[in-house]
Parts: sequence; structure tokens; C-alpha cells
Amino acid sequence: MIDDPVILSRILTYATLGFHAIFATVGVGIPVYICLSEYIGIKRKDSHYILLAKRWARGYTILVAVGVVTGTIIAFQLSLLWPTFMENAGQLIALPLFMETFAFFFEAIFLGIYLYTWDRFKRPIYHWLLSLPIVLGSTASAFFITSVNGFMNTPRGFIYSEGAFTNIQPLVAMFNPAMPSKVSHVITTAYLTGAFILAAIAAFHILRGKTHVYYKKALHLTMIGCFIFSIATVVNGDISGKFLAAYQPEKLAAAEWHFETEDRATLLLGGILDPDEQEVKFGIRLPYALSILAFNRPTAEVIGLNEFPEEQWPPLFIHYFFNLMVVIGMYLAGVAFVYLVFYYFNRFNSLHPWLLRAIILGAPLAMLSIEAGWIMAEVGRQPWIMRGFLTVAEAATTSGHVLEMLILFSLLYIALGLLVPAILIRLFSKRNAETELEKQHVIL
Amino acid sequence: MIETIGITVLWIFLYGYLIVGSIDFGAGFYSFYAKITKKEHTIRKVIDRYLSPVWEVTNVFLIFFMVGLIGFFPATAYYYGTALLVPGSVALVLLAIRGSFYAFANYGARESNIYLFLYGITGLLIPASLTTVLTISEGGFIAEEGGTVRLLLGELFVNPYSWIVVLLAIVSVLFISASFLTYYAARADDHGAYSLMRNFSLIWSGPTILMSFLVFLTLSTHNPEHFQRMVEESWIFLLSLVTFLAAVWLIYIGKNLGLAFCLVALQYAFAFFGYGATHLPYILYPHITITANVTNAEMGITLIIAFIAGLLLLVPSLFLLMRLFIFNADYVRGSNQLS
Ligand code: HDD
Ligand code: HEM
Ligand code: HEM
Repeated sequence: MIDDPVILSRILTYATLGFHAIFATVGVGIPVYICLSEYIGIKRKDSHYILLAKRWARGYTILVAVGVVTGTIIAFQLSLLWPTFMENAGQLIALPLFMETFAFFFEAIFLGIYLYTWDRFKRPIYHWLLSLPIVLGSTASAFFITSVNGFMNTPRGFIYSEGAFTNIQPLVAMFNPAMPSKVSHVITTAYLTGAFILAAIAAFHILRGKTHVYYKKALHLTMIGCFIFSIATVVNGDISGKFLAAYQPEKLAAAEWHFETEDRATLLLGGILDPDEQEVKFGIRLPYALSILAFNRPTAEVIGLNEFPEEQWPPLFIHYFFNLMVVIGMYLAGVAFVYLVFYYFNRFNSLHPWLLRAIILGAPLAMLSIEAGWIMAEVGRQPWIMRGFLTVAEAATTSGHVLEMLILFSLLYIALGLLVPAILIRLFSKRNAETELEKQHVIL
Repeated sequence: MIETIGITVLWIFLYGYLIVGSIDFGAGFYSFYAKITKKEHTIRKVIDRYLSPVWEVTNVFLIFFMVGLIGFFPATAYYYGTALLVPGSVALVLLAIRGSFYAFANYGARESNIYLFLYGITGLLIPASLTTVLTISEGGFIAEEGGTVRLLLGELFVNPYSWIVVLLAIVSVLFISASFLTYYAARADDHGAYSLMRNFSLIWSGPTILMSFLVFLTLSTHNPEHFQRMVEESWIFLLSLVTFLAAVWLIYIGKNLGLAFCLVALQYAFAFFGYGATHLPYILYPHITITANVTNAEMGITLIIAFIAGLLLLVPSLFLLMRLFIFNADYVRGSNQLS
């Protein structure tokens, strides 16, 4: 294994993408709330919201910097580790990759302007306008890159004959069948995760005894985001399941340990598999639920794994990652719902310490389910890199030095992973919100 | 047709990276220099005001070139991808250190000498490692045997041409950056910074031209075919020399510094496009040519359309960025109110 470039390349891709995903998700999610908060601040002439936007933007800059460098790494690493894949991808799916760089350009330019022009406009609304391209740019980059990932799952827009691709249609490749469900799920989960992280920070301060209304405003604004996007996530997560049932049934079957094709299929949560007998011990069974997830009908027939040759089965452990994501999705929606009910019905205390703790827990859980979702989606595509056309083993580099590179990049990610939180904590404790609130002259 | 448009677009973006990247890389080095020689207050402020708003934009130029190269000429992914795993990864780690540490030092809490050192030194190492790709493209360093592609690292290390190119890259970075910062410091009315950067421009001007001649010389033995084509198009390199002399003269007398920087940019434009044009049709000598390895017509045309649409979005935004930060006299001088 230590000298198999295929396995090593997979591990390195895993490390880089898993690391980038953290910062990319935050990079897509947080600008939405910066933009909203500044707008509310300007409209209500409430300087608390302006300060919120400012402080969020400061932390965001650090995270974006790491997002940018890890993104640069993965962009090059795809060619370095999967040269054959990129040679094909270049012919077939270069369009969204190319457009993604324009989205980066757009975002980068306006982020630079936004950060350095807080007090430079006579009318604050002009400054707010600058935040729109940031939101658009980061969401657009998620859109384009996810469409590339969709293409890897459902390659379309070409004819393959005698080892050559002909009749290429870039737009068909870009708008492949996986694109709509994937893009919408990725974008809403990024907005959801961004909201939970910001909410957790506010909840943490309130729990520590800070009483300034500033924190309550921050919590309320972000919890509304949590609620909206957790519902959206569950809805388009369900759509993603239906997409799988129709286009990648082997992935859904592997995620559900669903071996025999049958109607009235049960959904399985947890459990331990005996792979030889294909029997599951323990675990919770929800009758009809898998048929509903797959086709919206309790009696629908769901294709089982045994319909596929065994060498094309994805690894069966993705079951746990799928479960993790779904359970966390329900948890996040639940917490956001309870908060809003407590907030709007005065009989309860929406700042109850246990509720605050539940919100704080939501942030790492949301990130965990981002990772779990990607592992389920990517590992579930095995053994293919371009489903049906090119396997991972055919696409990998033949270089003998992947191990050294794996060590090199792992060290880099460990260093960054330790430094980023340290820097953020130092940045915010040096200038805490209370002193900034006092100093803040009204700029409106 | 597609291949010509494609390679022209890519070369323009690489040229863009050469200029903005050099300013950025060199500034990192000068910033570190200022710190250790305690000349902080003169040039650090000037450098920070320029760099802070634009560093992310610089990076995108590089990504754009790479993604565009794979889009227009997919075979490059296979050859360069396989061959460059090790040097490419090293360059990536350097870029990553530089980008993140810049943000840490700048927006993070503490001024740290380690951050600044890493920021400064990577500014010289990155251009050195990136230009190695140009060296490799001249051929002779990639072997294709038994269906796999391999980089001949040993050859690369003992080859005089490859070392001269590295040196040229480093001195060019220092020269381009100094000539820009001279102009910027003059605009900012910061006399200390101005005279320091002017000195640096003059110091590095000589080595750049010396290294350029040496590059010609060594290329004549390394890739005589390419050298021959360069001699045939020598007028463009002469133009480069003329603009160089004019630029150095202006910096020397300390007048029209904006024009001087433009002349430096032109000097590199002539040399870079002359080099690029005579390099054709090869992207990687002798394996990849723009004609044989261009992407399919459908993708090519779609990419060109996407590119035009993208430019319509980008050019106004870039214009706004420059207007607000670089050509805005108040900002350059350090005033925060927008006029
Ligand atoms: C906060 C994160 C988060 C949460 C709470 C959920 N998901 Fe998710 N899910 C993702 C984050 C995510 C993701 C990281 O964004 C993935 C990985 C690949 C993708 O397209 O999105 C994903 C993929 C993904 C896939 C695979 C799509 C594919 O491979 O093409 C399915 C079937 C679901 N999700 C279904 C759900 C359901 C039914 C959820 C219900 C509650 C749910 N997800 C919650
Ligand atoms: C679905 C997963 C991904 C999402 C949502 C995503 C999103 C983003 C975002 C929003 C940024 C901007 C930095 C920030 O704001 O934090 C970014 C940076 C970047 N990403 Fe990713 N990305 C994903 C996966 C990838 C992959 C697979 C690649 C490789 C092709 C990639 C390439 C890049 C590059 C090159 C950058 C740096 C761009 C710059 O210099 O500004 N990303 N990504
Ligand atoms: C940012 C979120 C992402 C994460 C966390 C992620 C995660 C992973 C993981 C865990 C693997 C290894 C699979 C295995 O070894 O079994 C993998 C492979 C891979 N992913 Fe993704 N992925 C992400 C997005 C993307 C996107 C958007 C692309 C497309 C540009 C992409 C391209 C690849 C490639 C080329 C491989 C290697 C081939 C393979 O092992 O399947 N990934 N990714």
C-alpha cells in the first residue's frame, strides 16, 4: 500500500479536499450573513449590526485566505495526481472549471475592495452593494465546481467510441443530471453550516455570561438562517436520495445495505453488517421509508446491490456516513425549530443554557456532516472516477513519489489547522466586542 | 484558429501574473528587508497599502492560466501533471505558506518576524520554482518510456540554462517590484521610501539585463532551434532593450515614474511575447504542440465565448479596484475618506 500510487493518491486527495471543504464551506456560507447584517444595520440605523458585519468579515478574511491556498493546491493537485482524469476532463468539462476561475476573480476583487472601504463612502449603502458580488462570487464558485463533481457521477454530453470522445456538448456536460440536486444541496448546506458557526459563537458568549444585546441580535439573525436552511437541506437531501435512486442506484443501495431488489423497502439506521450472509444485526428499521426516500411512494421498488457485479460495489462503510449526515440534519433542524418556538412564545426562555449548548454543539456537527456527506458521495462513486468510463486506478499518476508528497502536505495541513484557530482566537480576544461597541461612533 | 486564440489568451494572463506577481513577491522581500534593517516606517506602510487589497487577485491569475491551459490543451495535464508531481508540490506548499501567512500577519493579531521571514523568502523561491516549468518546456528534461512520463531531475540540476533562468526570475522580480514601488512611494509623497526603492531599482537593473543575455547564450546550446527563431525575430528583443534603457533613465533622473514603470512593463511584455511567439508551435518541446493537442472545436469555442463574457465582468471590476486603491491619490497617501 505504501508504494501503490493509486491508494496514496486517493489518500492525498482525501486530505486536501477534506481540508479545503471546511474552508470552502465557510467561505460560501458566511458572506451571506455579513451581507444581511450590514443591510439590516443600515436600514434600521442600528450600529450593532454594522459591527457584527465588520467582525464577521474580519474572521472571514483569515478563513478565506486558507480557502484560497487550499483551493489553489487542489486545483493543481488534480492534474498532478490524476493526470489521465484531467486530460479527459479538459476535453469534456473544462467549461465550468474555467468559469469557476472567473467567479474567484470576481469575488477576490470585491473582497479586497469591501474590506478596505468601510468608512470611505458617504452613503453606507454603496459599501453594502460591494458585498453582493462576494456572495454571488463564492456561491457561483460552489455552483461551478459542484457541477464538475456532478459530471464525475453522471458523465454526459459526449459520445465515446474506440477510445476517443466525439460529439462533445459542453453545456450538456455541465448541466448533467446530478447537477441540480447536488448544487442545491451543497449550497444550502454551506449556508446552514455558516449560520450554525456564527450562531454558536454568539451562543457561546451568552452562555459565558455576556449580556449585551449585541449577542442576542447576532444569535437571532443567524438562528433564522439556521432554520430556513436546515429545512431546505432536509428537502433537497431527500431530492438527492431520489436522484441516486434514479441515476446511481448502486450508491444508494450501498449506503443503505440494500442487497435485494424489492418493493416496500425499509430504511436502516446504524447496525452491524455480516458481509458474507448480507445480514444486519441491531440497527433501527423504518418500514417503507427507503421506498419513500427513493421514489416518494411506500410501495416503490428499490434496486438492490446484488444487481451489480461485486467488483463495482462501492465500499459498504458509507452506510455510517450517510446515517450520520441524516441524523445530524434532523438534529440541526430540530434545534433551530425549538429556538424559534421558544423565541416567539414568551412562555419559554429562548436563551436557556441547555438550548445554547445544543446550538454550540450544532456547529461542529454541521461541519462533521459536510465531511460525512462528501465521503458518502465520493467514496460511494468508487471504483469510478468518471462513472462508467474511467476508474480511479486508471486515472492515477504513475509517479513513485506520492508518499513523500502525502507527508509534505499532511504537515502543511496540520500546521494550518493548528494556526488558524489560534490566530482567530487571538484576533478576537485582543479586540473584544464590548470595547469596540463603546468606541464605535455612530457612522450612520 | 482556436489554438491561436487560446494560447494568446493564456499567454496574456501569464504575463499578467508575471507583472502583478512580481510586484507582490518582491514587495514581500522588501518588506522583510525593511523589518530587519529597521527601515520599517518608510517602506512597510507603502507596501501594505498596495498589497493588502490585491493579493488574492494576484493568485487568481495563476489559477486562471492553469485551468485555461488544461481547458484549451488537455494533453498538457497528462505530461506536465505526471512529470511535475514533486516540483509542483513544492511550489504549491510555498504558495500556501505565503498566502496564509500573509493573511495571518496582516489581519491576525501579532506582528511576527517568522511570518515576515516566510513571507519574504517564499517571494523569491516561488518565482524560482515556477519558472522551472518554462525551462522544462524547452525539452530535454522529460523522458517518455514504456507509456509513462518521467522528469529528469538530475539533468535539470546540472543544466546551466535552468540555473540562469532561475536567476533571471529572481532579479526580475526584484527589479519589477522596485520600479513599481518607486512610483507608488513617489505618489504617496513618502521620500524615505522613494529614495530607498529608487536605489533598489537601479541596483537590480544591471543584473536583469545581464541575465537576459546569458539566457540567450545558454539557450543557443540547449535548444538551437528555438534560439534560431529568436534571432530571426530579434527586433522585438531590441525593442525590449530600448524600453529598458528608457525606463532606467527615467528612474535615474527621478521623473515621470509612472511612465517608467509602464516602460518596465513593456520591456517585459516585448521579451515575454517574443519568447512565447518563437516558442510556438511547441508547448512542451517536442511532445506537445498547439496544433496537434488543441481541444475539440466545441469545447474550444465554448471556452472562448465564456472568456469574452467573463472579461465583460472582470474589466470593469478591475478598473474599480485600480481606481480605488492604486490610482487614488488620497488612498495612496493614507487618507481614508473617499473623494
Ligand atoms: C450540513 C451538512 C449536511 C446535512 C445536514 C445533510 N447533508 Fe446530505 N450532503 C451534504 C451535506 C449535508 C454535502 C456535503 O453537501 C453532500 C456531499 C456531496 C453533495 O453533493 O453534498 C451531501 C450529499 C448527500 C447525498 C448524496 C448525493 C450524491 O452522492 O449524489 C444524499 C443522498 C444526501 N446528502 C441526503 C441527505 C439527507 C436525506 C439529509 C437529511 C437530513 C442530509 N443529506 C443532510
Ligand atoms: C464542492 C466543494 C467546493 C466548494 C464549495 C468550493 C468553494 C470554494 C470557495 C468559496 C473558494 C473561495 C475561497 C473562499 O471564499 O473560502 C474556493 C477556493 C478555491 N477552490 Fe474550492 N470549492 C470546492 C472544491 C474545490 C475543488 C474540487 C477544486 C479544484 C478544482 C477547487 C478549487 C479552488 C481554487 C483553485 C480556489 C482558490 C481560488 C482563489 O485563488 O481565489 N475547489 N473554493
Ligand atoms: C469539497 C468537498 C469534497 C470532499 C470532502 C471530497 C472528498 C473526497 C474523498 C474522501 C475522496 C476519496 C475517495 C476514495 O478514496 O474512496 C475523493 C476523491 C476524489 N474527488 Fe472528491 N471531494 C470533494 C469535492 C470534489 C469535487 C467538487 C471534485 C471535482 C472537481 C472532486 C474530485 C475528486 C477526485 C478527482 C477524486 C479522486 C478519485 C477518487 O478517489 O474518486 N471532489 N474526494
